[in-house]
Amino acid sequence: MQLQPMAAEKLSQAALPADAAIAIDDVTLRFVTPDGHMMTAIRDFTMTVARGEFACVVGPTGCGKSTTLNLVTGLLRPTTGNVRVMGSPVTDISRDIGFVFQADALFPWRSVIDNVAAGPLYRGMPKAQAYELARDWIARVGLGRFEKHYPHQLSGGMRKRVALAQTFINQPKILLMDEPFSALDMQTRTAMQDELLGLWSQQKSSVVFVTHDLEEAVALADKVYVLTAGPGTVKSVYRIDLPRPRVMADIRYDPKFVEIAKVIWNDLREEVQLGQSRTLQTGH
Amino acid sequence: MTAISPTTSQAAVRDASIAVAEGRAKARLRRRHALVIGLRLAILVVFLGLWELGADHNIIDPFFFASPSGIWDQIWVWVTEGTSQGPLWVQIYVTLEETFLGFVIGAVGGIAAGIILGRNRLLADVFSIYIKIANSVPRVVLGSVFIIALGLGMASKVALAVVMVFFVVFANAFQGVREADRAMIANAQILGASPFQITRTVIIPSAMSWILASLHVSFGFALVGAVVGEFLGAKQGMGLLISTAQGAFNANGVFAAMIILAVMALVVEFIITRFENYVVKWRPAPFNEQGT
Repeated sequence: MQLQPMAAEKLSQAALPADAAIAIDDVTLRFVTPDGHMMTAIRDFTMTVARGEFACVVGPTGCGKSTTLNLVTGLLRPTTGNVRVMGSPVTDISRDIGFVFQADALFPWRSVIDNVAAGPLYRGMPKAQAYELARDWIARVGLGRFEKHYPHQLSGGMRKRVALAQTFINQPKILLMDEPFSALDMQTRTAMQDELLGLWSQQKSSVVFVTHDLEEAVALADKVYVLTAGPGTVKSVYRIDLPRPRVMADIRYDPKFVEIAKVIWNDLREEVQLGQSRTLQTGH
Repeated sequence: MTAISPTTSQAAVRDASIAVAEGRAKARLRRRHALVIGLRLAILVVFLGLWELGADHNIIDPFFFASPSGIWDQIWVWVTEGTSQGPLWVQIYVTLEETFLGFVIGAVGGIAAGIILGRNRLLADVFSIYIKIANSVPRVVLGSVFIIALGLGMASKVALAVVMVFFVVFANAFQGVREADRAMIANAQILGASPFQITRTVIIPSAMSWILASLHVSFGFALVGAVVGEFLGAKQGMGLLISTAQGAFNANGVFAAMIILAVMALVVEFIITRFENYVVKWRPAPFNEQGT
């Protein structure tokens, strides 16, 4: 097949740059399942994210996409290899990290403003200051009228906005996102992607965005990592040279976007098929 | 491609018909509510009426099974003239005090133990076997032990109420802590919460529904503990009143004391529900709230 020069440039994994925001170097992670088997979640995994870069990770179900995020937070430790965040090895949960979850991780017993203020309060900011900051962030995600509402009174899209404000208020240098918009309907998801890119362009944090939706990955990212069917390792890396700022509602009709998505999909497809046939065989 | 837009005429007519339909639906709801209340009252009247009639015609022997009028007379006598052990209010007060003390001590202990063991897997694994053993002992039997050890006063009843309450609340608090959402805990952790902050702001609120559910049940248990304790040996209280009435073959007295206890339990249940609604006001309303 012929690669056009060069909307989607296939990158070779060169030596790790020293100043990368996130550097996962040749990591293998194994763990023992409750019934005593050794499971390899990911193997020989190498990934770097430069400061201010938006990286997306796509791959078939169960290939260890979320595992890569937990390596960066320090909630999981590599069996071999090492993980560095902002130049230093991961020991504890770094204060530089923000995490947006797939599931609803808001505190349902706290109102919107109490949810958003949680991060600064946990980190010891005085109450008045934390609430002032929270009010500012709620306004930024467009929920100014809903400060006093509880999460169950909001729609799925609004709850995601609260989750974004809750994460961004800590001004994370590194933003990890685990299929954050997968539960939203198409229109809401498009709006949230725009919201995310807007916030990101102001903050210039380094992002790792895990998704199973290839089009979402291409639309958002500077760099797309394609993983193999589990145990996951990096199959290929693509640089996405679509101009920014990008408008999510329009970008999917951009011929260049379509072309890139096609190229990467050809690469991803066999892994997806492999992953599915394996799931059908083993039953998990 | 042509866009098709609906006509905007007749909007006023539509609004008016919606208002009429709304009014009808509201009236229907009101009628249904009245019907439910009416049927409830009817059942009460029929039940008491049949009982009274049966007692009058000796179909139901009032000596063994009392009669509504007899029970009412008994309550009236207790209220106006006092019981054989002193004024009725004192008996109610004593029993309530024992119940309440036992309930508070047992609930606080149960919540604390549930949270500590729920948060610490080693402690949970070590102690779970002992808690199972202690829980399998029929706790009412402990009443005799407490009376021997703590005497006829208030302490033995409070102790019995405590053990009745503790295990129920403990089991629920423990379960509630264990069921706390993993994503929510991870979220708090990454937002910067310390383990203590996680316990205070995530674990306890999410276990709260479980704990409150157990408080409803366990208040009843505390009351059982206090009354059984008084039954086994006491100088005052509703349990003693029942036991005295039983000794005198006074069926009306037993039923009268029972009804007073039921009213006490209902009042406290009402207060707990109010407290619950206040604490968990963040919760969405359940589906079938109306009509009750």
